Amino acid sequence: MLQIDCPFCGPRAEIEFRCGGEAHIARPLKPEDASDETWRDYLFQRKSPKGVHFERWVHSHGCGRWFNAARDTVTDRFLAIYPMGEKAPSIEELKARLPDVGSPRHAYAENRVAPERVEGERP
Amino acid sequence: MQRYSIFSIARNALTNHKNWHTAWRSPEPKPAYDVVVVGAGGHGLGTAYYLAKEHGITNVAVLEKGWLGGGNTGRNTTIIRSNYLYDESAKLYDHSVKLWEGLTGELNYNVMFSPRGVMMLAHNVHDVQVFKRHVYANRLNGVDNEWLTAEQAKAFCPPLSIDPGARYPVVGAALQRRGGTARHDAVAWGYARGADARGVDVIQNCEVTGIDVEGGRVTGVQTTRGAIRAKKVAIVAAGHTSVLCTMAGFRMPLESVPLQALVSEPMKPVFPCVVMSNAVHAYLSQSDKGELVIGAGTDQYVSYSQRGGVQILEHTLEAILELFPIFSRCRMLRQWGGIVDVTPDRSPIIGRTPVENLFVNCGWGTGGFKATPGSAHVFAHTVAKGEPHPINAPYTLDRFKTGRLIDEAAAAAVAH
Ligand SMILES: Cc1cc2nc3c(=O)[nH]c(=O)nc-3n(C[C@H](O)[C@H](O)[C@H](O)COP(=O)(O)OP(=O)(O)OC[C@H]3O[C@@H](n4cnc5c(N)ncnc54)[C@H](O)[C@@H]3O)c2cc1C
Ligand SMILES: [Zn+2]
Repeated sequence: MLQIDCPFCGPRAEIEFRCGGEAHIARPLKPEDASDETWRDYLFQRKSPKGVHFERWVHSHGCGRWFNAARDTVTDRFLAIYPMGEKAPSIEELKARLPDVGSPRHAYAENRVAPERVEGERP
Repeated sequence: MQRYSIFSIARNALTNHKNWHTAWRSPEPKPAYDVVVVGAGGHGLGTAYYLAKEHGITNVAVLEKGWLGGGNTGRNTTIIRSNYLYDESAKLYDHSVKLWEGLTGELNYNVMFSPRGVMMLAHNVHDVQVFKRHVYANRLNGVDNEWLTAEQAKAFCPPLSIDPGARYPVVGAALQRRGGTARHDAVAWGYARGADARGVDVIQNCEVTGIDVEGGRVTGVQTTRGAIRAKKVAIVAAGHTSVLCTMAGFRMPLESVPLQALVSEPMKPVFPCVVMSNAVHAYLSQSDKGELVIGAGTDQYVSYSQRGGVQILEHTLEAILELFPIFSRCRMLRQWGGIVDVTPDRSPIIGRTPVENLFVNCGWGTGGFKATPGSAHVFAHTVAKGEPHPINAPYTLDRFKTGRLIDEAAAAAVAH
């Protein structure tokens, strides 16, 4: 189970949260003009990356508020937590904070040398 | 290929079993193939087998980043059934069950197919209505499925508690007698051996790291063991499909999530069938080794961690004990996860992609083991002819644009 750092309540167990899936997917502004491809992209296409994933979470059994997170899908480690509506941090920036994001071997070594604490990271 | 039979066992016994051949070669990759299959799970190996056997295409490589059968094929709870709701699904999954029935003979390899019956429990009025609808829809499609009362369910599976005072009382069940289990590894091994014997190169420890596309057409793959040219490439990589399709430059309607399973300490035979309960989310059978094989749910987020959260195990075991209090003292031995690629309608994608000569067979999510032979069979046809087999024609990638979904998500709520 993950520990998730709610920006409003602090670190809590994952069972208090629901994951809202990939973040930054905008609904077509003019639905009546949107093509089938646009609807497909909006409704169904997902990045599902092996590495940094930007996703939405809601603290449903806590404050009830939504926030965005960047998480490494290989180690499940949270790399950043940022407000809804804000632009995603660049992957380069995240990688600079935690070199070699996406490599489980590296993350394992990181854990042992106790890396500098990143916002939202599992202690 | 050295055939396995009582005579070959006897013959080899005379030489102290020193003269058995290896079941397949470990060839070096050649510079070019007619077809490169990415992923040596059951579906990929089966595809290569049927390409060679039914379509005479033997200049084929199956590339595997780890060891063959080490993906979801070797991690699943091996439930086999075909009692899906929609016509398209019934055709696809029943095609597979029919192939399972003859697979041991076909491959000369014991896949231990055991049609011991799959029973799905109903706990409330909604379940009863949905399962009866399944029973009738299945019968119209020539797929066996029958309705049992709670007492009949108990007679079929004596460890089941049908105590009306239970939190989720069993009020009936749907039983597919032709459903059951098979030995997961054996399926991969049997297809690998059969494909290898027909000239297919099964290449392990060879990860595809890039897909070469020129002018909208696939020309080969980059791997950790060098570049390999290919006239056609078939991606059969389960949870890693999105990663591979990103290499080829397009996105997929897929999300990869961990699904986990666990087994108990071995016991004497006590559990005669497969039991599934969608409402409390548990599924259970007993392996021939005697372990209870228990499937749990998926994690709620995209992940490639092959682990799964502990709260999901707890939830599943609570449900199991509710249904089978007899197992309350039973200890669990091992737990593991696999990464499953889930489509929005919970049906697979088998067919062409936006890149010419690049094919994909994916989206089996939490329930593709049962489909292994059928999926491989129709996919080999698709790759060989460049056109789908009638059975997989509805399973296009395009359906997410046209809206012609095969919505087993709504139909089954959960699928294994
Ligand atoms: C815990 C669990 C329980 C399940 N229970 C059931 C069940 O009871 N019944 C059922 O029908 N289904 C079940 N499933 C689903 C089933 O396991 C899968 O749908 C099925 O096995 C998929 O087979 P496959 O051959 O497509 O994939 P896999 O066996 O996963 O094979 C894909 C292969 O591709 C390889 N690969 C990935 N990327 C690359 C690359 N870049 N280069 C080279 N190789 C690569 C992988 O290493 C892997 O070996 C379960 C799954 C899990 C995880
Ligand atoms: Zn909160």
